[in-house]
Amino acid sequence: MSIWEYANPKKFMQTSAWALPWVTGLAALTLVGGLIWGFFFTPDDYKQGSTVKIIYIHVPSAMMAINAWVMMLVASLIWIVRRHHVSALAAKAAAPIGMTMTLIALFTGAIWGQPMWGTWWAWDPRLTSFLILFLFYLGYIALWEAIEDPDTAADLTSVLCLVGSVFALLSRYAVNFWNQGLHQDASLSMDAQENVADVFWYPLLVCMAGFVLLFVTLVLIRTRTEIRSRRLKALEARERMA
Amino acid sequence: MIALLLRDLRLAIRAGGGFGLGLAFFLIVTVLVPFGVGPEGGTLAKIAPGILWVGALLACLLSLDRIFALDFEDGSLDLLATAPIPLEAVVTMKAAAHWLTTGLPLVVAAPVFGVLLNLQGEGFFWLTVSLALGTPALSVIGTFGAALTVGLKRGGLLLSLLVLPLYVPTLIFGAETVRRGTEGMETGAPLMLLAGITAASIALLPFASAAAIRVNLR
Amino acid sequence: MIPELGKYAGTVLSAYGVTLALLAGLVALSLWRGARVKRALEAQERRMGRNG
Repeated sequence: MSIWEYANPKKFMQTSAWALPWVTGLAALTLVGGLIWGFFFTPDDYKQGSTVKIIYIHVPSAMMAINAWVMMLVASLIWIVRRHHVSALAAKAAAPIGMTMTLIALFTGAIWGQPMWGTWWAWDPRLTSFLILFLFYLGYIALWEAIEDPDTAADLTSVLCLVGSVFALLSRYAVNFWNQGLHQDASLSMDAQENVADVFWYPLLVCMAGFVLLFVTLVLIRTRTEIRSRRLKALEARERMA
Repeated sequence: MIALLLRDLRLAIRAGGGFGLGLAFFLIVTVLVPFGVGPEGGTLAKIAPGILWVGALLACLLSLDRIFALDFEDGSLDLLATAPIPLEAVVTMKAAAHWLTTGLPLVVAAPVFGVLLNLQGEGFFWLTVSLALGTPALSVIGTFGAALTVGLKRGGLLLSLLVLPLYVPTLIFGAETVRRGTEGMETGAPLMLLAGITAASIALLPFASAAAIRVNLR
Repeated sequence: MIPELGKYAGTVLSAYGVTLALLAGLVALSLWRGARVKRALEAQERRMGRNG
């Protein structure tokens, strides 16, 4: 019983149909639970006041923005090597989710930064890197949409994902160089992982779990849709030829 | 291989080949900027490195879709793909032709445009050096984007969307080199990184570009 | 029940608001498109008499 069995579209549909209610339930539980815990039942930070509550949405969404791309990278590699359609479609399905997560990270980051930095946008290395990541997502999705033949689209987008991943890493380093080179004092670290007190950390963990499960739920739903869509196009093509 | 390079160069220089368009665009951008930000010398001097690099980058972008489009349309690309030389070499030669007809003229012209933007002191030298080292990367990366979109009818805008984020590291290190040069600071670090990106791109991207061409020719 | 958000109330609430709106939109779009494709596929399969 190997994981590659789920590469079979039919098997994937069957298994995901069975799993979906559970994953959805768990996602709803952890996400809602975590956010309520964080929003209502945690104290304010002595430095940042009540804005610290933004941690529960900013950190998990930023984390998922990156993880979604990593998942797309792995799925693209599996497609290139083993030609499993489910893998290619899963990457396609994950992209809009990752892009939304990136947007959330950007908006919450900017909103959080406003009272701290006095400006709606600052070219902080982290925020800038996420802006670039957003552009990568946009390009990836645009390429899928632009190409008619699904297998060609899968091939080209997976190559783009590979090359894009390398450049995304390169950009991260370049952006750090670009900002820290001039303003040593500018970075107000929003990296909540340093010195986060337990009282914030536990609800944060739950929220992170919630976001991960939400991602999984949506990827399952969207991949199922992509599989159906592919089958629909195939049937329509067959009908046209008959 | 050299024959291929010469052929592309000849095609580009011929009328309608688009040679000089990039340069003209670069000039236009250089002239427009002072209208946008005001003629004050201090302001211009400060932003000159960045504007010159961005202008060069955008000018490179203009001629990218030509790299494969004509050959794709008349079937020569199929022939090239089945020729005895590896497709990776073909792609590299195409990138080289693009650089010689677009990048290199920019490198030569940039200092002149730098004068228009009040570029200071050593900036001229570093502008030339950084563009010389960086524009090959722009051509190679652009060739990859062109390979991805070669089959598309109006792929120009999508090509820009795909390629511009990939240009960011080169732009950052290139402009930083010039900026540090104008202030008389050490330029070693960004210059090395710029050269590194160019070298790695030339070495590795042709494989991805060739793979994309093969997919599109199926 | 709303905690004392103090002077950052607008900040915090707008951050949560944007997040929830974007998430809701993503979920809604995913479900809507999913249902639409599912319906279309079923219609197509019925039309082709379920052969294939």
